Amino acid sequence: MTTQSLRGDAVGIEQVTKIYGEGANAVAALKGVSLTIGDNEFFTLLGPSGCGKTTLLRILAGFEQVSAGKVFLFGEEIEQLPPNRRPINTVFQHYALFPHMTVEENIAFGLKRLGREPAEIRARVGEVMEIVRLGGFAHRRPGQLSGGQQQRVALARALAPQPKILLLDEPLSALDLKLRQQMRVELKQIQENTGITFIFVTHDQEEALAMSDRIAVMSQGEVQQLGTAQEIYERPNNRFVADFIGDANILAVTVLGDDDGSGYRRCRTAQGMEILCAGSGAPGSTPHVSIRPERIAIGAVGSMADGIACDVERVVYLGTNRQFLVCLADGLKLTVLVPNALRAGSELQPGDKAVIHVPPGTAQLLKD
Amino acid sequence: MARARIDLKRYPAFGTLTWACIVLLYAPMLVIMIYSFNELRSITNWGGFSLAWYWKAITNPQLHAATFNSIVVALSAATLGTVLALCAALAMSRGRRLRYQDTGFAIINLPLMVPEIVTAIGSLVFFLAVGIQLGLLTIIIAHTVFCIPFAYLPIAARLQGIEGYYEEAARDLYASRWETFRFVTLPLMLPGVIAGYMLAFIVSLDDFIITNMVAGPGATTLPMAIYGMVRTGFTPEINAISTMMLLVSALFVSASYLIGRAGDRKYNAQ
Repeated sequence: MTTQSLRGDAVGIEQVTKIYGEGANAVAALKGVSLTIGDNEFFTLLGPSGCGKTTLLRILAGFEQVSAGKVFLFGEEIEQLPPNRRPINTVFQHYALFPHMTVEENIAFGLKRLGREPAEIRARVGEVMEIVRLGGFAHRRPGQLSGGQQQRVALARALAPQPKILLLDEPLSALDLKLRQQMRVELKQIQENTGITFIFVTHDQEEALAMSDRIAVMSQGEVQQLGTAQEIYERPNNRFVADFIGDANILAVTVLGDDDGSGYRRCRTAQGMEILCAGSGAPGSTPHVSIRPERIAIGAVGSMADGIACDVERVVYLGTNRQFLVCLADGLKLTVLVPNALRAGSELQPGDKAVIHVPPGTAQLLKD
Repeated sequence: MARARIDLKRYPAFGTLTWACIVLLYAPMLVIMIYSFNELRSITNWGGFSLAWYWKAITNPQLHAATFNSIVVALSAATLGTVLALCAALAMSRGRRLRYQDTGFAIINLPLMVPEIVTAIGSLVFFLAVGIQLGLLTIIIAHTVFCIPFAYLPIAARLQGIEGYYEEAARDLYASRWETFRFVTLPLMLPGVIAGYMLAFIVSLDDFIITNMVAGPGATTLPMAIYGMVRTGFTPEINAISTMMLLVSALFVSASYLIGRAGDRKYNAQ
C-alpha cells in the first residue's frame, strides 16, 4: 500500500510494529499491521485478549509509541505527536472519569484545555449531555452514578471537543446485557448523527457484527481479515476467523477439482463425504472448510430427497434455536442449528435416525 | 460456626498485659494533665482546681519566643519536606522506572531507621565542617531531612491508589503534562499531601534530640525550652505546656488520619 492512497482516508496505518521489552524478552504485540479507515466509518478491531487490538488503539491515541511504521490522520503523520496534540478522543474501558469533578466539569475538561470561550463551553456541554441523554445529572459526581450513566458521561466527555476520531476501548464490557444491547443501538446512532469516525475495540463478536461498517479481525498482532460483518461471517478467509466469529463446523478436506459450471470446488472430507465448497483451493491440496451450523438442513428420515443419513446424538433447546449434534455414518460429527419457528426436526430425539443436507457452496474453503 | 481466628483473649495473661501496657503508656500523661490544673506549686500533691499555670505558661515571654521558633521551623521544614517528598513520590511511581529505584526508596526512608542521635551528631558535624552558622537555618535543614519520609509515605500510598488512566484521560483531553498534574493528579493526591504535611509538621514540632544538637545559641524551640525549665525546677507550668502540646499533636495526627481516610473513601468508592 502506498503512502499516497493512505492520504485520502481518515486513518492510515502503515506497517505498524510494536515490540515490548528488549532482547530475549521482546514480545511483538503488533507485527506490521496495515489498514485504512475511512471518514465517517464505524470501524471495529475485533479479537481475543492479547491480539494487539488495544495496543493499536493506544498507538492511535498516542499513549504508546510505534516501534516501526507510520500512522496517518487525514494524510498527516501523527506518530510523533503527544496525545494532547491529536484531535482524537477516547472512551476508556473503565471510563476514567475524574472523581473529583462533577459530570459537567468532566465533560467541559477537554474544551477548557482547548481554550474555548466559557459561553461556548456551556453550550457544547449542554448539547452533548442532550445527545447522551444525561440531562439533570450535571452537578453529580461520577461516584454517585450507575455504571450505565458513567458510560454516558465518558462518551459525552469524549464527544464534547468534536474530535475527528473517537476511540472506544471495550466501553460496553462493564454493563449488563440489556444495557449493552441498548447502548449498541445508541452508539451506532450517535456515530451516524455526529459523522465522527468511530474506532471500536472489542472481543465481543456480537457487538462487532451489530454495529460496524467494517471489522478487522485480529489475532497474534496481525489482521486476519478485514471486511464487512457479512463478509467476515459468510466468507471467513482462514481458520482463526471462522472459529472466532460465530460457531462453525471446521473439517479437513481434500480438494478434488472444480465442479462443472457451478463455480464451486468439489471436496472430500477425511471420512469420505463429498461436498461442494466456495472459495479457492488447488486440486489435491488439503485445506479446512467451515460450515455454519444454521446452513445445514436437518429432518426426519425421508423428509428430503438427497439427505445424508445420520444419528442424532444430542439436542439442546436454546430458545430461538434448537441445536443438534449429529454423527454421520462415516463417523463425522456436525453441529446443526435450526430455528424453532421452522419446526424442522422438532420431533427428533437423541438416538433417532435423521437426515441432513449441506447445500452447495455453504462450506467455505479456508486458508490455514 | 465460622472458623474463628486465634482468640487472643483466651491466652492467660492477655488481659493483664494489655492493661499494664495501657497504664504504663497513658497513666503518666494522665497525671501530667491532671496536675496541670493544680492550685499548688506541686506536681504530686493536689490542692484544688486552677487554670493559673495555663495563664502563666501563656504569658511567659520566654515560651513565646520558643513557640514562635518552633512554628517557624515546623512550617518551613514541613513545607520543604512535603514538596521534596511529593517530587520523589511522583518520580518513583510515575514515569519510567529509574535506575537504583530501590536504593532511592531506602535513602528517602533512612531517617526512620537511623538512630536519631546518630543523625543529630552527623548533622552537627556536617554543619560545622561546611561552616554553616548554627541557628534556625540549621534546624530547618535538619528537620527537612527527617520530615521527608513522614510526608513521603502517605503521599506515595495515595499516589499508588490513583490509577494511571486518569492521567491518560487528561492527556487525551488536550491537557499538557503540567495541566494534567495541576488539574488531575494533584487534586486526586491532595488528601495524601495534606496528611503527609501534617505528620511532618508535628514530627518537626516535637523533635528534641536533633534540634538540641544543631541549634545555635539563641535558637531555642519549644521542646528545648521545656527541657530547660525542667532542669531548673519542675512546676505545674510544665504540665500545662505539655498538655497543650499533647492536644495540638493529637489534633494534627487525628486530622492527618481522617483527611487521608476521607480521600481514600471519596475517590476509591466507585
